[in-house]
Amino acid sequence: MSEQYPALLVVVPLLSALLISAAGWLKKRLCFPIAVVALGVAAYASIGLLIRVLNEGVIIYRLGGWPPPWGIAYYVDHLNGLVLAVVSVVAFINLIASQKSIEEEFPEKTGAFYTLYVLMVTGLLGIVVTGDAFNLYVLLEIASLTGYGLIAMGQKDRAPLASLNYLYMGTIGACFYLLGVGYLYIVTGSLNMVDIARILPPLYQSKAVLTAFIICMVGVWLKMALFPLHAWLPNAYTYAPSASSSLIAPLMTKVMIYVMIRLILTVFTPQFAFSNLAISNSIVWLAVLAIVMGAILALAQTNLKKMLTYVIIAEVGYMVGGAWLGNRAGMTGAILHIVNDALMTLCAFMVVSNIVYKVKGYAFEDLKGLLRKMPFTMGAFVIGALSIIGVPPTCGFFSKWYLISGALKAGHYGFMVALLFSSLVNVVLFFRVLEISYYEPFSNHHVGDHHPEPMAEAPLTMLVPLIIVAAGLVLVGLYTGDIVNHIIQFAIPKGIV
Amino acid sequence: MGDLIQLLVAKYNYWIYITLMMIGLYAMIAKNNLVKKIVGMNIFQTAIILFYVSIGSKKGGTIPIIEHGHGAAGSHVVHAADYINPLPHVLMLTAIVVSVATLGVALALAIKVYERYNTLEEDEILAQIREK
Amino acid sequence: MKITGLIIAILAGALLIYATADFPGWGDAASPASTHVSPRYIEKTMEETSVPNMVTAVLADYRGFDTMFETTVIFSAGVVCFILLRVFGSEEPKESLYRHVLTGVTIRVRAGGEIPPDSDDFERIDVMWTPFDLIIKTMCRILIPFIQLFGLYVIAHGHHSPGGGFQGGVILGASIILFAISHDLRTALRRIRERIDALLCATGVFIYAGTGALCLLLGLNFLDYAALASILGVDPITARSHGIFIVEIGVGIAVMATMIWIYNNVSSRGKYDEGL
Repeated sequence: MSEQYPALLVVVPLLSALLISAAGWLKKRLCFPIAVVALGVAAYASIGLLIRVLNEGVIIYRLGGWPPPWGIAYYVDHLNGLVLAVVSVVAFINLIASQKSIEEEFPEKTGAFYTLYVLMVTGLLGIVVTGDAFNLYVLLEIASLTGYGLIAMGQKDRAPLASLNYLYMGTIGACFYLLGVGYLYIVTGSLNMVDIARILPPLYQSKAVLTAFIICMVGVWLKMALFPLHAWLPNAYTYAPSASSSLIAPLMTKVMIYVMIRLILTVFTPQFAFSNLAISNSIVWLAVLAIVMGAILALAQTNLKKMLTYVIIAEVGYMVGGAWLGNRAGMTGAILHIVNDALMTLCAFMVVSNIVYKVKGYAFEDLKGLLRKMPFTMGAFVIGALSIIGVPPTCGFFSKWYLISGALKAGHYGFMVALLFSSLVNVVLFFRVLEISYYEPFSNHHVGDHHPEPMAEAPLTMLVPLIIVAAGLVLVGLYTGDIVNHIIQFAIPKGIV
Repeated sequence: MGDLIQLLVAKYNYWIYITLMMIGLYAMIAKNNLVKKIVGMNIFQTAIILFYVSIGSKKGGTIPIIEHGHGAAGSHVVHAADYINPLPHVLMLTAIVVSVATLGVALALAIKVYERYNTLEEDEILAQIREK
Repeated sequence: MKITGLIIAILAGALLIYATADFPGWGDAASPASTHVSPRYIEKTMEETSVPNMVTAVLADYRGFDTMFETTVIFSAGVVCFILLRVFGSEEPKESLYRHVLTGVTIRVRAGGEIPPDSDDFERIDVMWTPFDLIIKTMCRILIPFIQLFGLYVIAHGHHSPGGGFQGGVILGASIILFAISHDLRTALRRIRERIDALLCATGVFIYAGTGALCLLLGLNFLDYAALASILGVDPITARSHGIFIVEIGVGIAVMATMIWIYNNVSSRGKYDEGL
């Protein structure tokens, strides 16, 4: 069965999503167990696949039995395997933690919500594991459409408009990617990523290839919310329901960064992508701008969730800048940051989810006195904050370390200054939140009674996964050396120094 | 100038698709009404579909169906140059379905926005939001 | 905003046009797209899959995995429209219109008023009603079975003529939507209930993914129809042809059900009360 892992980790969630949809109409109580089993199998298969890749090297799985490039092939290497494991584990933990909030917010449509949840995870896993450029577009659209639906279920006031704006920009991004694939097809005749990479080298001087590269990149940047194409992200993630935002925020942008790195490393080899120094330099400056603007705009917010979305925009800047520095340390930092940022964002958004469940609000005034009332949640928030700031031994420190050393090696001091500036701003942001939650007395204007309660933590199913994630932040930090030396080292081709 | 004209004449089909794409893109960015933006999105996607389909054309090729495939002449040799390329058509079947699905979701979202704000013009909606 | 849009459109258009200098000409038979991957599809499809329609063979066999996800896209669009718009148990409408069948007189009943009993003398018409039209109703009633027959033909004949699951499914869905438009939404809902429709949608995609999973359980890779040869009792090449047919049926069912589902939700704004 282990040869079938690449297919299983996409097919089992897909079949389960259909069963959940049917169960939503026939027997509502089955929806959650089916979803848990589906994502559990996907997580198991992706970790098993990662172990297989570590032992055997690159794995190619032919769908339909046809050899590529005539059929679609799944292509799993170290980069893939790592991101697959991260995506499936994050989705699984989040599902267990959000059960209570889903049952509370959508009592009549839980079946449909779980269907969209599992379908979104299917789409994300499929994007990461595929080796065919057009298949990536189809799965990107699955992830996007279900994402629009999940986000629009939030507050009636703002969520549908935010989701509609996300739809406009997301569709432009996906269509640009499709156009780029079309340009590649017209000059190479193939859709398989490895095959395109084989055919392209004699054509590197062609205008069509350069244009294809630019359009693909712009499309991917639109979907990952790189400044200045980020306008959809803050509203979409803020007004989404808690369960959706803690699924989509950690994963969607990171998977698109994986797509960008895959395009740079495998389809357009680094030899082509980094050949024009002026372009890579200006993209790193764009990333610097993203980091700085993300940090400044985060300072201006009065609302915890929106502040975190601007922190995500800054983190996207880290990863794009690291990838385009063109050296091994920077690329290692970018790939490591995919893993770390997924976990950090999951931690932060799960904390917000817990807070919303108990206090029914996420503005700064609602956070008063929460440190005493919800100590475990805020403790996990402290660990997440330390990781986003970049304090050892949490994982955030190590990816920043690689990014900074990459910047030094490439001589790009602007990027290094931006990283340090962003860390300082994060210190201000998170200590402001902690100060409000510790020093201010708790105000019960949402709950409505006047007696100070001793401790009103979130229920256990929401708390235990959060503590596991917070512990994971420290564990992943301590095992960074293993991750880099055994996995990421082999994900980056030997040509990059 | 001479070879620009020659370029235009030789590749005019691509220029038409690109013009259509840019009309759609302009509508999505510049128009105020939410439904006009959705229409622009549809034009944009349709232009990409046209672009792909034109990749598969071959002068003198017929439709990609083998006539009398199971009949007496079924075992004749098939030459690739006689039939147009089927692969872009397959890809664009998928793209058409995706564009219909996105259109459906966009319209559902526009209905929800209208139910809340009673208008489909983006500036009026933003004004209502700012008032609150 | 208009100037920004114009500048962006012009810049993007210029970039795209810049690339066309390197494109092959229109209809060039020696272009990379016509010589690299597709000749095998054209030349070998009869002997590898025994399906004369190359587009169907590529769609459902060589690149069948893409098509499965395409069906999932349309399914998820149906679920999203449902989850966004559907309101269960909505309150009584502000006013409803009833028409006395024999005389054609229309009465308007305000909310809280007495509604005529459910008898044959009175029929409910939509608030945005059009005058009673016998011709439209009768013509549609006559045409719809033929449209559905044609839709089934398109699905079944996808192997030999242009057609297939998507096209046939849309035609079938259109026939039901025509019924809903020409009569009214409630009559159509009485024929195909909401729950049946939603279950059909999931069933269609399940047939597709299930066939693939069956091939996986029988030992070969996912969606490798040659594995069905042992169940169907034919040689692997004919098994591919039959596998393509089975998944096309799944696609047809899913697309038909989703078209109806999206129409129901969007036209009645989720209330399932009065349509277009």
